[in-house]
Amino acid sequence: MTARKPLLVASGLSKSFGGVKAVDGIDFTLAAGELLALIGPNGAGKSTTFNLVNGQLVADTGSIRFGGREMVGMKPRDIWRMGVGRTFQIAATFASLTVVENVQMALVSADDRLYSMWRRAADYRRSDALDLLDLVGMAGQADRPCSVLAYGDVKRVELAIALANQPKLLLMDEPTAGMAPRERNDLMALTKSLVVERGIAVLFTEHSMDVVFAYADRIIVLARGRLIAEGAPQTIRDHPDVQQVYFGSGKTFEKAAAAKGTA
Amino acid sequence: MLLDVHALSAWYGAAQILFDVDLGVRRGEVVALMGRNGAGKSTTLKAIMGMVDRRKGTLAFMGHDISRAEPHRVAQLGLGFVPEDRRIFTDLTVAENLAVGRQPSRRWPDGSDAPTWTPEHLYRLFPNLGGMPDRPGGRMSGGEQQMLTVARTLMGNPFLVLLDEPSEGVAPVIVEQMAQMILELKGQGVSILLSEQNMHFAELVSDRAYVLEKGQIRYTGTMADLAANDEVRRAYLSL
Amino acid sequence: MDAVASFVAQLLNGLAGASSLFLVAAGLSLIFGVTRIVNFAHGSFYMVGIYAAYSAVAWIGEGPGYWAGLVLAAVAVGVLGALIEILLLRRIYHAPELFQLLATFALVLVIKDAALWLWGPEELLGPRAPGLRGSVPILGRQFPSYDLFLIVVGPLVLGLLWLLLTRTRFGTLVRAATQDREMVGALGVNQAWLFTAVFALGAMLAGLGGALQLPREPANLELDLATIGAAFVVVVVGGMGSIPGAYVAALLIAELKAICIWLGVVEIAGVSISFSKLTLVVEFLVMAVVLVVRPWGLMGRPQAPSRNAGAAEAPLRAPDRLAKAAIAAVVLALFALPALSSQSPYVVILTIDILVAVLFAASLHFIMGPGGMHSFGHAAYFGLGAYGAAILLRATGAPMEIALIAAPLIAAVGALVFGWFCVRLSGVYLAMLTLAFAQIAWAIVYQWDAFTGGSNGLTGVWPSAWFSDKRAYYALTLALVLAGVFVLRRILYAPFGYAMRAVRDSTLRADAIGIDVKRVQWVAFVIGGLVAGLAGALFAFSKGSISPETLHVAKSVDGLVMVLLGGVQTLAGPVVGATLFTWLHDSVARSTEYWRAMLGGIILILVLLFPQGVAGFVRQVVYGRREAKGGS
Repeated sequence: MTARKPLLVASGLSKSFGGVKAVDGIDFTLAAGELLALIGPNGAGKSTTFNLVNGQLVADTGSIRFGGREMVGMKPRDIWRMGVGRTFQIAATFASLTVVENVQMALVSADDRLYSMWRRAADYRRSDALDLLDLVGMAGQADRPCSVLAYGDVKRVELAIALANQPKLLLMDEPTAGMAPRERNDLMALTKSLVVERGIAVLFTEHSMDVVFAYADRIIVLARGRLIAEGAPQTIRDHPDVQQVYFGSGKTFEKAAAAKGTA
Repeated sequence: MLLDVHALSAWYGAAQILFDVDLGVRRGEVVALMGRNGAGKSTTLKAIMGMVDRRKGTLAFMGHDISRAEPHRVAQLGLGFVPEDRRIFTDLTVAENLAVGRQPSRRWPDGSDAPTWTPEHLYRLFPNLGGMPDRPGGRMSGGEQQMLTVARTLMGNPFLVLLDEPSEGVAPVIVEQMAQMILELKGQGVSILLSEQNMHFAELVSDRAYVLEKGQIRYTGTMADLAANDEVRRAYLSL
Repeated sequence: MDAVASFVAQLLNGLAGASSLFLVAAGLSLIFGVTRIVNFAHGSFYMVGIYAAYSAVAWIGEGPGYWAGLVLAAVAVGVLGALIEILLLRRIYHAPELFQLLATFALVLVIKDAALWLWGPEELLGPRAPGLRGSVPILGRQFPSYDLFLIVVGPLVLGLLWLLLTRTRFGTLVRAATQDREMVGALGVNQAWLFTAVFALGAMLAGLGGALQLPREPANLELDLATIGAAFVVVVVGGMGSIPGAYVAALLIAELKAICIWLGVVEIAGVSISFSKLTLVVEFLVMAVVLVVRPWGLMGRPQAPSRNAGAAEAPLRAPDRLAKAAIAAVVLALFALPALSSQSPYVVILTIDILVAVLFAASLHFIMGPGGMHSFGHAAYFGLGAYGAAILLRATGAPMEIALIAAPLIAAVGALVFGWFCVRLSGVYLAMLTLAFAQIAWAIVYQWDAFTGGSNGLTGVWPSAWFSDKRAYYALTLALVLAGVFVLRRILYAPFGYAMRAVRDSTLRADAIGIDVKRVQWVAFVIGGLVAGLAGALFAFSKGSISPETLHVAKSVDGLVMVLLGGVQTLAGPVVGATLFTWLHDSVARSTEYWRAMLGGIILILVLLFPQGVAGFVRQVVYGRREAKGGS
């Protein structure tokens, strides 16, 4: 899989806040059809890296090329138009729209119809939106307000929104945060199938090790803004540096890891 | 019983979240409140504190009726609350955060001293905090904030601490420290009611467990029994 | 030498003026920080402070008791603040921000009439302070010693407040509560009393600021709105919640005003510019510049989102048969009205007023509700439409029909320019910037005698011949208002309206699906301005004359009250609110001298009884609570 021509190439990325280097010269690549996990302790620079890729932050140095085009300096909305979808750590949907309207909104935007002032939005590509909801198992709740959904369902809606403009790359910030173990697996299995069927590349951050080890094709590990390890799940699991800075000393962790393993 | 909750129901706006919840915590116990996301764990803790829009039921803490008490009154009786989302005062320094939580020392009804905490004492328990008393809360890492939110509640010298999802959203290395901290508090005589999704974290630290589903208690028993009960775990914890 | 002396004298004058302004602003800032209430009644506390000081000094007698009188007045205002907090504000802490604003605005009305009742309509100038009646020579000029005393008071209070906030437990709790008051409560602090204490302290500072002005400024009933405007500006320029920021801002503004007065009329490149006339707008110019360069004020930081934003808005559904029938019945009744009311022509005149108000309120609701931009200066576009129509008619002799088409476009151009700046901000800061632009527009209209008629306004703005009959003009107004409201509704049901709500619900998500957030807001702002301009033009032709009042802050506030009264979360809200407000205003004003207090009282009752607005309440009753939301 990694032998393929990379879709996303980040090289020499750095970002400082008030003199503190949050991200310090990191490089990584991501190919189509690949799930890449970004892990590390709190404050290691995961969110910063993530926000550099999605355009919320602008890198001080370095480059991010997506399909050959430089993305550093581009606005998030333009990055989305290039085919980069996102889901957030705390799911962000439009609370006063229904589930299907949330997806329709993304379709309207993808079709550049945002400034249409006359035709009824409720009819706009409704069946396409329902198809996307069906894909994530949310078609049954299409006409409920997004504000009343269970949290796991909101995350599914987010995924449907992210898929609306047929992205080539999905950025998922802690996709399973706040979900029960079974919901976590369901959501990630769904993501994995999309990756395989549609050849989408996924970059995600995650604290839940069962999710990371079960679904990531490759893992990169950040600590204090630097990339300290990269490789297949098994390599990372056994990596001494990673064990020290992230997994912990081991004694209590044996049980905790076992907990997550069986979960 | 330190805390005795009977037939607790709670609402957010017009939506009822809890339905006749019964639970109790004895002196010296660590009790886990298990359940899926959205089962009502956080709401139960907040309802005990009086932090929901509306609640009904009988709640007694150390013999005081707290069914209608406001949050500050509940806290003054010695019930500490550590919220899931930390809610550090980011503009205040570590020392000032602790100062906000300060309450007078307490005695058990039998006249013996209850656990009492001073900043010095807490800085020993959380060495990370001791190194940065003048740092603003906003300039701390997630793990440090997690420590500070616990320390801040301990400054109120609580008999019982309600701990909301201590293992959620932090690195494994912090999860490990949280588990050690809970065991240490227990050793000092602090009782704890924690909400948790992580079965093995709960198993590591708790004596008893309640399992919530859709706002109702579905299981009550010892932690060991719950760990052995595959049926309950599969049905209500989606393990 | 003399120029230098007069310059220094003006600077010192500015410093003295800054002190009272700082006291009021510091109180406002403290109260906002902890309670998150933008207290519109804060200027009223200042006003009551002067009146109370006048009475206290008269009662105690002059001499050393004078100072006791000032302190007593400040304490009395503090007690008044505490009472208001306990009796009113405690009930509405969980209401949406805008409702709290409406309630405090109602207080302004009630307090103003209470002052009218207690002290009468005459201006009252207090005696001079004992021991500080003389003056001190500075660079050969006599400078009042009382002003020197005031110059010291500002930094002194700043120092005391700083000590209070950083060195005491009360101060630590206040700062903690400013960030997360619920958490402070969960840690065992009785928030209710903390809030009361902070509110009383803030009110006392405003009262002290007023009392200290006793020998300098006569007490009068216009001080409340004038002061709150200035204090808002100071707080926003300094940064909401920052006390040192408030001091710096008060100094900056007072000194710039002093410099403008000193400059007087200056000839620059052949054009004579009257800087002294600029004093009316200088604070608003400063605010506009500061907010554009530093969106959170000089020493402020981005506000944390409010933890009680109110229940999530229900999705927009197409009107059902019941709603459609109700709309059709109302429209039919409106067309039949002139025939039905031929015995009482006043009904038609009042209904024109109501219709104009409905269109104005609907345009404000459009940007406030679905657009999420809380404009405090919407009257600017109403006024631009009114003046645009009037000036076009008088200057070019264009007929009413042309003026009615051009006026909204003129208002839209205004909204295009002002909106570009406004959409760069959000929340209270956006509200204040809209207010600033409206004030600037008002000041220009007020002072440009040659073009706008200055304070007298313009007369002779009559409709074309075939609309000169009131009933014909009524029909025209009705048709245009219905069309305007219909178009706004249509847009809200179209993709653009959805995009507006999407942007309001989550900028993060909107940005992540390719929506240019600011552009959507900007376009919405311009549409709102355009429709408000049409309302303004209709207003001008219905009255035949206009005055700067059409774009005064009071007009903007009227619009806000209409929208909130009706309910910001329903499309029918602005229509119901505008009708109710205009009708109440009309009938109450004709029946009592104290109409403001009555209106304020009615608003307070409505706020306490119908926290969702009247239309929101009706919807809840008619459609039950099935749309109510849940979630843990």
